[in-house]
Amino acid sequence: MTSHFPESSLNRAPMSPRTLFNTVMTVVAFICGLLALLPLVAVLSYVVIQGFSSLSLDVFTQLPPAPLRKGGGFGNAILGTLLMVGIAGLISIPFGVIAAIYLTEFSSAKIARVVRFATNVLSGVPSIIAGVFAYGIVVLTLVKLNLGSYSALGGGFALAILMLPIIVKTTDEALQLVSQDLRQASVGLGATNFQTVTQVVLPAALPAIVTGSTLAIARAAGETAPLLFTALFSSYWPCPDGLLSCRPDVLFKPTASLAVLVYNFAISPFANWKSLAWAASLILVLMVLITSIIARWATRQKIS
Amino acid sequence: MATNAQNLQSAIKNRSEVEKSLDRSFIWLTRIFALAVAATLLWIALQVTRDAWPAIQEFGLGFLASSTWNPVNNNYGVLPQVYGTLVSSFIGLLIAVPIGVGTAVLLSENFLPAKVKLVLVFLVELLAAIPSVVYGVWGIFVLVPILSNLGKWLNTYFGWLPIFSTPPQGPGMLPAGVILAIMTLPIITAISRDALISVPSSLRQASVGLGATRWETIFQVLIPAAFSGIVSAVMLGLGRAMGETMAVTMLIGNSNNISLSILAPANTISSLLANQFSEASGLQVAALMYAALVLFVLTLVVNIMAELIVLRVKRL
Repeated sequence: MTSHFPESSLNRAPMSPRTLFNTVMTVVAFICGLLALLPLVAVLSYVVIQGFSSLSLDVFTQLPPAPLRKGGGFGNAILGTLLMVGIAGLISIPFGVIAAIYLTEFSSAKIARVVRFATNVLSGVPSIIAGVFAYGIVVLTLVKLNLGSYSALGGGFALAILMLPIIVKTTDEALQLVSQDLRQASVGLGATNFQTVTQVVLPAALPAIVTGSTLAIARAAGETAPLLFTALFSSYWPCPDGLLSCRPDVLFKPTASLAVLVYNFAISPFANWKSLAWAASLILVLMVLITSIIARWATRQKIS
Repeated sequence: MATNAQNLQSAIKNRSEVEKSLDRSFIWLTRIFALAVAATLLWIALQVTRDAWPAIQEFGLGFLASSTWNPVNNNYGVLPQVYGTLVSSFIGLLIAVPIGVGTAVLLSENFLPAKVKLVLVFLVELLAAIPSVVYGVWGIFVLVPILSNLGKWLNTYFGWLPIFSTPPQGPGMLPAGVILAIMTLPIITAISRDALISVPSSLRQASVGLGATRWETIFQVLIPAAFSGIVSAVMLGLGRAMGETMAVTMLIGNSNNISLSILAPANTISSLLANQFSEASGLQVAALMYAALVLFVLTLVVNIMAELIVLRVKRL
């Protein structure tokens, strides 16, 4: 008694509606993937082509030109961006790292949950709101004290607010990855909590913390909205007599930045300004992309 | 033997008071900093409310219903900006959610070799790394011309629909919506993908074992199981879209009128702030602060809901 099954009964019929639907949806998913990558390719290629054609050595060393004048550059905007990102880093990196130490090392589960929740919500706060906040705290205060109004300090403070949640998150994750054995060994040898954290846990997590901070700095350097009305813009060098003779009042003056320069010059009607905007866009994009790629590569190395 | 042990006992000294207090103050220091991070949200809310107070007293809740923005008479209302914020975000999500979830499925299933998938995941992340202002410049020179042609065509053939009823003037609601779609794609894709990956594999195996095709499994098992994660991804995307400033400011046309047509220029709260803050004084600053407070509360509600959904998912 041999029973005869039809040969093909266990294969899917290629023309059945279910199989067809399956094939069609697979194609749709691939189209979605292509559509997601399309803007990346479009934006990058356009910025690279436009930016490279307007790039020259002058853009790094010269001041922004008057409209309709040839040449010029944005050396002051590069310095201004560095200055404000530096201020933001000085505020947010120590603050964020110390806060994250509490979350992983000393806090109760409940408090940690609340603070992590607040940190996540803070990272969703729009960047322009950070600018409004910095305007209220720094700009209006400087006006009251007669020290100035729009300033590098205000811009740096706004960027610090944006960097803080990123720093807390990345440090938090880095510290959680440090194995419990190290902490126990350190305490077992008689180290205090302070010694354990500063001499054992932090050094072990340092590479990841540096990576996270670098990414946060790169992101902050590309932020425009919070700088529009905290640092404003300036067409002059922050320290006209050379960097060595810089006085502290540089912190209280309106300061140029690459991001605001891109915005101001791109919407201007002058061809020369537009080409400078492209060059500055290229520098911003390259900076963020290169740091992202290096950060990704560094973390990849560790995992494998 | 006993004396030996006693010697050892005395050799282990108690910590000095200095060391103890240093340790305790270190823990206190970290605690204060951690709570300060959490309190920053509160500080932002209080400071913005305080600076907005004159305008809050002057206009009350009518601020949300009035559509004048007149610095000359000091009369302000943000209805058109709230409308523009919500509609442009909605257009952005309408485009970004299907593409984002589709990409998330593509990157969570085994359509592609693992190495290719990793590269794609990274490339989608890079989309989020490009500064907003660069998207804006690109939008002005590339996107607006393309969409103007599309808009002309839509207006010619579908002009009887209210949403295409005006001829395109270059910048407008549509380009802003498209740029928001591009900018919210990475976050929607990344979080939806995480949600899909974390669905237990036993569910998939059971579904395939019962004879379901791959896409029947995706639609009837995986997406329902990851649904709350996908919803929170959409909410986070919405929060990003509502707060997005530079790209939208450069593409939306900054006109304080409400038009049903998506080809007409509009305005958002964040664009209003970006355009007017540096030249404002007196009551106008307070009114702008009030507008900022409205935006802050909107995004806060959306983000808190998204976070709560994520927390609930994690606990399950």
